[in-house]
Amino acid sequence: MKQVSLEMGSGGRLMRDFIKDQLLPALGNQLLNELHDSAILPSGLALTTDSYTVDPIFFPGGDIGTLCINGTVNDLVVSGAQPEYLSLALIIEEGLEIEVLEKILLSIKKTTAKNRVGIVTGDTKVVPRGQADKIYINTAGLGRLQGRPQPDKIKAGDKILVTGPVGEHGLAIMLARNNFQMSSRIKSDCAPLLFLLPLWKKGSLWMRDITRGGLASVLAELAERISYPLLVEENKIPLSRALRGAVEILGIDPLYLACEGRALLVVKETEASQILTWLKKNPASRQAAIIGEVQDKIGKKGEALLQTSSGGLRLLEPLTSELLPRIC
Amino acid sequence: MRPKTSSRDPLAHWRSANTIKVLLKTIAEETKNLGKPLRLMEICGTHTMTLHRSGLKPWLQEAGIEMVSGPGCPVCITPDFYHEAIIDLVTSGENILVATFGDMTRVPTRKGSLQTTVPASGSQIKIVYSPEEALELARQNFDKRVIFFGAGFETTIPSIVYTVKKASQQNLEAFFLLAALWLIPPAIEAILSSGEVAIDGFIYPGHVSAVIGERAYAFVAEKYHLPGAIAGFEPADILLGIMSVVRQIKQGKPRVANEYRRVVKAEGNPQALALMAEMLEPFDADWRGLGTIPASGLRLKPEWADFEASKNLNLALKPQKTLSSGCRCGEVLKGLVGPRDCPLFGQACVPDSPRGPCMVSYEGACLIEYKYSAGAKKK
Repeated sequence: MKQVSLEMGSGGRLMRDFIKDQLLPALGNQLLNELHDSAILPSGLALTTDSYTVDPIFFPGGDIGTLCINGTVNDLVVSGAQPEYLSLALIIEEGLEIEVLEKILLSIKKTTAKNRVGIVTGDTKVVPRGQADKIYINTAGLGRLQGRPQPDKIKAGDKILVTGPVGEHGLAIMLARNNFQMSSRIKSDCAPLLFLLPLWKKGSLWMRDITRGGLASVLAELAERISYPLLVEENKIPLSRALRGAVEILGIDPLYLACEGRALLVVKETEASQILTWLKKNPASRQAAIIGEVQDKIGKKGEALLQTSSGGLRLLEPLTSELLPRIC
Repeated sequence: MRPKTSSRDPLAHWRSANTIKVLLKTIAEETKNLGKPLRLMEICGTHTMTLHRSGLKPWLQEAGIEMVSGPGCPVCITPDFYHEAIIDLVTSGENILVATFGDMTRVPTRKGSLQTTVPASGSQIKIVYSPEEALELARQNFDKRVIFFGAGFETTIPSIVYTVKKASQQNLEAFFLLAALWLIPPAIEAILSSGEVAIDGFIYPGHVSAVIGERAYAFVAEKYHLPGAIAGFEPADILLGIMSVVRQIKQGKPRVANEYRRVVKAEGNPQALALMAEMLEPFDADWRGLGTIPASGLRLKPEWADFEASKNLNLALKPQKTLSSGCRCGEVLKGLVGPRDCPLFGQACVPDSPRGPCMVSYEGACLIEYKYSAGAKKK
């Protein structure tokens, strides 16, 4: 008997296959089939939803409360929408300390204020002990479109940017689980990307929040959507010093580590340096960098390539297997 | 030419494009008049990884060096019957906790993988990140029998077997080791004595050598007259190793060079070797793809039998051929064929649904080739 495996929810290829083979045949329609971060509704609205099951629920730099608001807000922003209303559904395990719940609600309150959105509807369920792990949260978000991703307009020479150092959320969670008995200054990068909204009117063609699967998976997915190959330079990808040290010790490729407050942008060649300057002025994206460009000389259509720091060239594949479940 | 190690970023020079360029140029000059490309085998999966991840492989080819991957991935060479025995045990026995490393849980066998297995009531399969963690599970789960399914080469053997010593000292009577412990030098000897693979020299594994030292490979130079170099894991480390091998070939003086002196001492790690000698004895072990190799495996000595999983639990290790049809992992491990020569590669066998262990492990030649080499999907 075929059973659901953890990997089917890991954001990798198995999950994409599951959606394509099981969900779409049963439920597909014109809007859903697009499989974007948010559905773009006919009335100029965008709708998204996400469930959060992170383990541990509190981690350096955030908690499940900050995550469930920022994650949904960010999905709307990268789809071109100004978030307006959120829903919040809690699934709580019997026995969770009220103090813990209060702490999470306070995080939610602060994060919604920061994002200038309100929670306007919700639901609470409590399940018997052992039937959930402490607390799971689902949020949905409704936003008003300010711009539109235009992947079909992306052409050779357009620049690829990231809004800051990558991989810190994934690593912070890994270390918080203490499987490696290693301590570090690394904090989750969990943060709102609301500040990116104006870029839709300044020459941004495409945005994507870098979450599960990390930068490499976002690039691989983008390459599949457009008509040109992509090339990024390893040396130009911002990584914090603490993260560099930790991934070296653990033997982890930082390009596959999740973020929760960073985005990858493709911007028009002519606007790139202006956008970079604009990003660097904002404290939230002070370390933004142009990491590569859309190609017509190197590589083939569908390929995302990395120029390594040693000067070699290799393919970036999407994340295939996830050994560390439940990071968001 | 040897890169300097700076304190701020100790490895920067060992992977910088400038260093790499100089080393590649030197190698190309050395091989220029040899008339044919040299075939060198890197034993260690982590070397395979470095070569692909840094994008060096095509450039080495241009410099006259063809690198062939060897059997240096413990997940890949541990035969299926180990997995099948533990799957049988955990599905039929209650209150058994199997602890093993992440990649081991994904190896496909006729009975599925540890990951797809549904354990019996109260039993569980847990991924651990270190041998010590397996021991900790035994301390915390007094009601369960904890089996550490530990696979490894000389690099990890000391830390795996040390769990047994500690379990004995701490009276953890419900802790057992299923030892899948393999030795590199006998595997090299097996490959050479079979005469199936044409190889001009070896890049020896850095961290295995940190434990066993230089002498362990002396037979390669003395008996088979082939050169070799112990190398570290940065791109420049490997190129220095290759350069040494090329020079040995040109001078006609094969030896065991140590190009990883910042880690590897000539005599190895005496403490680790003493622990292995104290607790383990060699036996003729079965390797996936390579078959039975004399004195190539290590098992607990009789005085530690109380901790040996196969002696105390209903766990039958019956050697048998179990590779799925069409999978050429066995030949890949011997360096007879490359991953792309396998008809399943990138088609029926991909990282999400591997058909053989070489597509499972992060040190497996097939997974590495698939993950890092442009065009892999298109073959």
